[in-house]
Amino acid sequence: MTYTKRVDGRKIEELRPMEAKAGVVKNANGSASFKIGKTWAIAGVYGPREVVPRFMANPRHGILRCHYTMMPFSGSGERIKPGRSRRAQEISMVMEQALAPVIDLSAFPNSVVDIYVELPQTDAGTRCAAISAACMALADAGIPMKDMVSSVAVGQVDGMVVADLNYNEESYPAIVSDIPVAMLHNSKEISLLQMDGEISKEDLLKALELAKVATEKVYQLQVKALKEKYALNNEEN
Amino acid sequence: MSELLVQERNVVVPGEALAQGMDFLPGDNTYREKDQIYSKVLGLVSVSGRVIKITPLSGPYLPKTEDKIIARVIDITISGWRFETATAYSAMLNVRDATTRFVKKEEDLSQILSIGDYAVVKIVNVTSQNLIDLTMKEPGLRRISGGRIISINSQKVPRVIGRQGSMITLIKDKTGCDITVGQNGLIWIKGTSEGELKAEKAIKLIEAKAHLEGLTEKMERFLGESA
Repeated sequence: MTYTKRVDGRKIEELRPMEAKAGVVKNANGSASFKIGKTWAIAGVYGPREVVPRFMANPRHGILRCHYTMMPFSGSGERIKPGRSRRAQEISMVMEQALAPVIDLSAFPNSVVDIYVELPQTDAGTRCAAISAACMALADAGIPMKDMVSSVAVGQVDGMVVADLNYNEESYPAIVSDIPVAMLHNSKEISLLQMDGEISKEDLLKALELAKVATEKVYQLQVKALKEKYALNNEEN
Repeated sequence: MSELLVQERNVVVPGEALAQGMDFLPGDNTYREKDQIYSKVLGLVSVSGRVIKITPLSGPYLPKTEDKIIARVIDITISGWRFETATAYSAMLNVRDATTRFVKKEEDLSQILSIGDYAVVKIVNVTSQNLIDLTMKEPGLRRISGGRIISINSQKVPRVIGRQGSMITLIKDKTGCDITVGQNGLIWIKGTSEGELKAEKAIKLIEAKAHLEGLTEKMERFLGESA
């Protein structure tokens, strides 16, 4: 084991500094901004509205559509080509699947709820930030949900199980694994689990235990931000 | 045994536990899982007796029968009009529900309502698939001409109207405008240009502060000041 101290000096279970705010896009039905370290996601929710193209409509319940985009200037120098890439499509799909278990659109057949997530700045963990922001935006839009979804990455860097890897850790020159996890708050069900790299079975179980603690921290912040939106108005008077 | 975990008028998030035990009953926007009651939306807690319900702070409009709404004509069909209702669903108005006079077979329907017109209409029927039927044949229901239409979140409509219409009467009196509030969140204001602007500002202010108490006094002050 050569990796004994994390590159940015955090403790193993420590997340990067987070910041969250609800209601940042006034034109949207619901919106939220979520920052974790240098990664920053802004989510806007529109709908339920009429489905275009029509063939996608489901007469039994409303559908959820995610649109994940990294802004052209968001990376570390290289310009990101705007629009749908294979990667953006995949992340949009896993976001839909991560949020689907909590939302209840049975009262809105033949309609769609669109979530647009833009990332002005990225430093690893974008899909997790995107999911956390999207869930807050859905709550802000008043979409019926049975629970909140919080997401953060865990992983293993050269034998050390850590939470919330940044880009420098992801690209550390050793055996590294990066496991984005999304978790429902009440039931602790996992709605997103992907992995890059290699990890042993024991470490994976350890990492998933760590994910419970880490997503709980994200959840606390999400709840605080949503409640603050209405408390803030109180103070203005 | 049973225990309330939140207080009246608390802000709760989806999935937040509201009560423990079987003595409480889940009301609107809540659900029970095992012996706990959870919230389903972002909203304010209101407890009445054993029933816990959540008043949403935001959210989409769900069409209900008997609701008076403001809608825009988007199409003319063989037997009536199709309206956009500020929801995911369009609504149908049949010729025989549109006017009391006899409409001849070959008559041009756009003489009565043309595409782009707004109208105050009432919902007479909603199906499980949210197909909406409208009527325009009651007093107060008509085509809209002049004035301006503004849009607010439909969950804030009850606050704009106020108890027994107290709030909306206050705004009407202070601005001299004629105001019609649709349950879908569209509001028609007609009066002098200054009056319309003032009424619009007042309604937007109510929308922003709808979750607070003592709103009528606040509005009296606001409308008094700028007069």
